[in-house]
Amino acid sequence: MSRRNIITLVVMALLAVLPPVFYLTGNAFYLDLATRLTILAIAAVSLNLILGYGGLISFGHAAYLGIGAYAVGIPAHHWLYGGLESLGLATTSGYVQIPLAIGVAALFALVTGAICLRTKGVYFIMITMAFAQMMYYAIVSIEEYGGDDGLVIDSRSELPFIDLDDPLQLFGLAYVSLVVAMLIVRMIVNSRFGMVLRGAKGNNERVVMLGFNTYLFRLTAYVIAGAMAGYAGALLGNFTTFISPEMMDWGRSGELMFMVILGGTATLVGPVIGATLFIVLEEVLSSLTVYWHLPFGLLLLAVVLFGKGGIMGMLRADKEDSE
Amino acid sequence: MTMLETRSLMKSFGGIRATDDLTLSVEPGELHAIIGPNGAGKTTLITQLCGSQKPDSGTILYKGQDITRVPAHKRARLGITRSFQITSLILDMTVIDNIALAVQARQGSSFRLVRNARTISAIRDRAMELLTRVGLSDKANMVTSALSHGEHRHMEIAIALAAEAELMLLDEPMAGLGAEETRAMIDLLNGIKGQHTIVLIEHDMDAVFALADRISVLVYGHIIATGSPAEIRANKDVEAAYLGEESGAA
Repeated sequence: MSRRNIITLVVMALLAVLPPVFYLTGNAFYLDLATRLTILAIAAVSLNLILGYGGLISFGHAAYLGIGAYAVGIPAHHWLYGGLESLGLATTSGYVQIPLAIGVAALFALVTGAICLRTKGVYFIMITMAFAQMMYYAIVSIEEYGGDDGLVIDSRSELPFIDLDDPLQLFGLAYVSLVVAMLIVRMIVNSRFGMVLRGAKGNNERVVMLGFNTYLFRLTAYVIAGAMAGYAGALLGNFTTFISPEMMDWGRSGELMFMVILGGTATLVGPVIGATLFIVLEEVLSSLTVYWHLPFGLLLLAVVLFGKGGIMGMLRADKEDSE
Repeated sequence: MTMLETRSLMKSFGGIRATDDLTLSVEPGELHAIIGPNGAGKTTLITQLCGSQKPDSGTILYKGQDITRVPAHKRARLGITRSFQITSLILDMTVIDNIALAVQARQGSSFRLVRNARTISAIRDRAMELLTRVGLSDKANMVTSALSHGEHRHMEIAIALAAEAELMLLDEPMAGLGAEETRAMIDLLNGIKGQHTIVLIEHDMDAVFALADRISVLVYGHIIATGSPAEIRANKDVEAAYLGEESGAA
């Protein structure tokens, strides 16, 4: 077994075992922390598909988290206060909310991606950010859903067999979702589709000359990543039970990017390690000092400058490419 | 039928006519070399033939079909492949993955998201066979960036072969090669000659005269002569424009 696979298994095992142990020994707070980082890790894993394997530096990924969260919050709001019954959107049913989160996120990715992917380099970064900010201001302007004050989700999604009001079950769902997301990404990047996507990252002109329409491959990956992040957003809404436009702000997108780069792009478990470090460091440092942003920033800077390839890059001795 | 034909091709960059009323015809199965001094517009011609640049005016016919406005990835599907003057490989992938991607391009739809591409023997075996043919089978699992320049050029040929292209556009395959490596490349090209129609752009005159069935001489974007190596050697215009300069320098 390669070193990478061992690291992946160890990280995932620790993430499965430690949070419930903390919870059952009376440290409920740590379970909360773990649930949040697990959900953000799903978004980071999805971002890694396009950023790490596709070389597409999307600076608007938090928009999908927001879309997913509002896809839970808006139906729950109408369920309580009325409206949209005719559309079937006044509901707390997870069967409606989760497909809605995935569907709207995928649609947003399809429409914006079709435009963004016509551009390259810095322009791509800027335009993905611009679309996400458009989403942000759109939500801010809708007063019915709280505008920039945000929206309280009075009731979590109802799912069969799972009670999301139970923190342990919510964590369990997030964890299983993360594992599934990682398996999906691993499957995609090792497929023939994935080979084209990775080839286009390394040398797009060459891959076009081989006869591939790389635009379509990238757009497809972009939509898959958006849909996955939309799902993560639905979980996030259920976790925080409060959503605000602030969670789709460009700074949030930057944090997701940082998780991916910190952990190691184009590695399966890198985004998970990145998300974990990010959330834990944020927590530890902010408990030590109100000026925690300074050491936090310096630490992150050091990893990027000296640890080429992020944490996974530092841990990895071999250069083999397989997962 | 003529394999490839250009009619009055024109392409300007600013005030410079890189391609000037260029008419060329390539017969099936031949190795047609295009020579010319630096700046004669050889690479500009190749980029127009493969579709990465569009001519300002004129027509490109491939097997009698007008492909002037057909985009690059579709020309590749029609059977035209190009190797690059500056090595253009996917450096962060392994050698065999580079070749496998080219094989995959040939074997139909790559919009397949489930099966692990590295376990598909139809692709892997063919890629390995091509690597053996260009003498790189022992480096299959190395990262491409670790190979030498000469080996990269051999990979380019393997990729061109993977496409099973009817028409191969080779842009200076000997560029930057040492004497030994050049000989190996000439042997390799001699081996595949006749199985594919090849348009070869090359600076190395020994290589061109050793390989070509016909030669066209390009000067300032215009073809001044086309003929067998013997005819080109004897052509006074060519000597004046190009060969004289070369032999004078030597």
